Amino acid sequence: MTVLDPLQATCPTPLAETERILLGHGSGGQLSAELVADLIVPALGSATPEGPLEDAAIVDMGGLDVVVSTDSFVVSPLFFPGGDIGSLAVHGTINDVAMRGARPVALAVAYVIEEGFPLTDLRRVVASVGEAARAAGVPVVTGDTKVVGRGAADGLFITTTGIGRMLAGARPSAAAARIGDAIVLSGPIGQHGTAILSVREGLGFDSDIRTDSQALHRLVEAAVEAAGEGVHALRDPTRGGLASALNEIAKASAVGITIDERAVPVPPPAAAACELLGLDPVHVANEGCLVAFIAPDHADAVLAAMRARPEGTDAVKIGEVVGDHPGRVHMNTLVGSRRVVDMLVGEQLPRIC
Amino acid sequence: MCLGIPGQVIDLGEVDGVVMGTVDFGGVRKQACLEYVPGIRVGEYVIIHVGFAISRVDEDEAQRTLDVLQAMGDAVAAELGEPLPVRPSAEALDDR
Amino acid sequence: MKYLDEYRDPSLARRLLDELCATATRPWTVMEVCGGQTHTIVRQGIDELLPAGIRMIHGPGCPVCVTPLEILDKAQAIAAMPGVLFTSFGDMLRVPGSRTDLLALRARGADVRVVYSPLEAVRLAQANPDRHVVFLAVGFETTAPANAMAVLHASALGISNFSILVSHVLVPPAITAILAAPDCQVQAFLAAGHVCAVMGWTEYEPIAARYRVPIVVTGFEPLDLLEGILMAVRQLETGRAAVENQYVRAVRRTGNAEAQDAIRRVFTIADRRWRGIGTIAESGLVLAEEFAAFDAEHRFGVESLAATESPLCIAGDILTGTKVPTECAAYGALCTPRSPLGAPMVSAEGTCAAFYAAGRRRQVQRLATASDGGAT
Repeated sequence: MTVLDPLQATCPTPLAETERILLGHGSGGQLSAELVADLIVPALGSATPEGPLEDAAIVDMGGLDVVVSTDSFVVSPLFFPGGDIGSLAVHGTINDVAMRGARPVALAVAYVIEEGFPLTDLRRVVASVGEAARAAGVPVVTGDTKVVGRGAADGLFITTTGIGRMLAGARPSAAAARIGDAIVLSGPIGQHGTAILSVREGLGFDSDIRTDSQALHRLVEAAVEAAGEGVHALRDPTRGGLASALNEIAKASAVGITIDERAVPVPPPAAAACELLGLDPVHVANEGCLVAFIAPDHADAVLAAMRARPEGTDAVKIGEVVGDHPGRVHMNTLVGSRRVVDMLVGEQLPRIC
Repeated sequence: MCLGIPGQVIDLGEVDGVVMGTVDFGGVRKQACLEYVPGIRVGEYVIIHVGFAISRVDEDEAQRTLDVLQAMGDAVAAELGEPLPVRPSAEALDDR
Repeated sequence: MKYLDEYRDPSLARRLLDELCATATRPWTVMEVCGGQTHTIVRQGIDELLPAGIRMIHGPGCPVCVTPLEILDKAQAIAAMPGVLFTSFGDMLRVPGSRTDLLALRARGADVRVVYSPLEAVRLAQANPDRHVVFLAVGFETTAPANAMAVLHASALGISNFSILVSHVLVPPAITAILAAPDCQVQAFLAAGHVCAVMGWTEYEPIAARYRVPIVVTGFEPLDLLEGILMAVRQLETGRAAVENQYVRAVRRTGNAEAQDAIRRVFTIADRRWRGIGTIAESGLVLAEEFAAFDAEHRFGVESLAATESPLCIAGDILTGTKVPTECAAYGALCTPRSPLGAPMVSAEGTCAAFYAAGRRRQVQRLATASDGGAT
């Protein structure tokens, strides 16, 4: 192992690491946003369209709007209560396509497998991919498999690409939220992140918490059917949690958001896990719920449509888009005061204080 | 520096000579060291900090605190009729 | 969660606030000592709800914040050494030392791991006999019994590949130092509930008497804090200066005897530097002679590492309550949660970080950007 001597480092100012990627760059918070905006997007050149960053892109195929999204899955551990990296990959990419108001049509799945990875585990994951795709009605039509040397991948990485076609009548975009919009959350938050932590070495605890990972495309179709163009924005709050999703939309749409802490559902075991580790539920990753910005006169119809589906039985209005504090998210607290909900900076670290 | 959470002891035993137990926090269960609450029994509540019980929860006192608060509200309401105004909370947040 | 949720009841919070309004006839300044209490106050917006005139100052109750710079440099030096498995509580990973932090070191290949309990560090030592496991033992008296048990356990099992880097601080000397400062603003204290669950409150009685300040041992939920503030204000209004206990469900006057015995066995009191404040006599713990073999500073030869703090950081003034973050030239500019210069910006409980997360920016910026709509 290299001998490092941080005392001989040449940077004179006590700033955080600036020359290497940190885990925090991948956690969906401010570091991630900066990495994309400052390093990745500028390199793509002028052929890449401008505009807010969305979960999926709309590509004009000469008269036909195709939606495409790609995502890599590097979750560790690979198997966790309620799911695994395989089902996560399928659901995650289906959801990214769906969040643009599109019906997912097909998936491509690429596996990068570490030398020495047990075949039984690979079989489990691949079966999980197949099962998730079948249940969602979105076939895996092509893929790739690579093997890398021992130590070069954390067991298994999966990259998924999804394509879909726009649903008639809706063009949800992160920049399309409007003052007065109702903010609807399709289900409880806090489960996926705590499910992962429950099996992570060093922090483990026993509980009934399971990931909420599920495909949301049918829920999106129900919402679009109920409100058409009244669906202004959709986002699934994955890394960085509800806080990141709301902050991204508030900034992209240049509007303020106010939500009610009392209205945000956090199932008791997930809430308890957050208490135990000192985590804020609004920063915890989710994989099976979405937040929708709906024109006010369509809000009730969308709630009813969501609640009629198994993925959305707990759908609830949690807040509104307002004209005050544009770009910021405020939350009315349990005890009747207000606080600002910020994005995470980097990794969410359990605290002792 | 004090993230201490109340939980209920659901079993206890010894691991490598140290008294340990399973503590339940509203559905989440974790192992914790119970050396500092000798004589603790299953079903009782403790405050857990970094995997250690540092204190028992006195359930009678816990209820008393809530009862006092409950009674307080009634007393104030009876005396004053209406709550006094507080400083508006909106201002500070919008002060940028 | 039982014994937690009940203390967040909004209608009971309302009653406490009404009672507070009815009780306070003059402005008062109260300091809550503990970072966990600050966290609740800021996250629930409690200070916004208090009657105008009741001012909360956030005290130095964040052991992460007050860990001296040289401890961080020593931690990083040790973590960078070959064969070391460095373990720590989560919040310490992001704290910057003179040049870097543990997260950055991990990015460069050091084996740095988060543990929830110090006993897990001991288990890692058992499971990895070819590595040396070091645990960063930071905290107030609340955490000292846990760290003591880790040492006692490792000693009992004859584990030799385990050591701790100690940076424990004690609350009563800090309160005394704050009160002794010439421009001390603080008129009453909310003592840290879990520190007192371990230590009891007898040490605070002479402080309350000598400086004529009410000290209320307080819990961490919104109702606890509001009740603690109310009890402090009642004392102030009636000219009393006693130690009272709000956190009756968890704290007794003499504290936890077994925990105190373990602390006394494994640690001895020593002078300790507090980041941003300086040295406070007899305010820290170091390993007792009997357990010198578990002292990581000695094992790795880093005792003489020294460090100088950023001249821009006014942590001392922040931590004693004499200044607020918005009065600091570096706040929000050179010093942000992303690139913290000093202790109170580092941890989410630090005053500056709490201010920043609540969106409080500098007065100057506000006036200059009145039309900005508040976007940062």
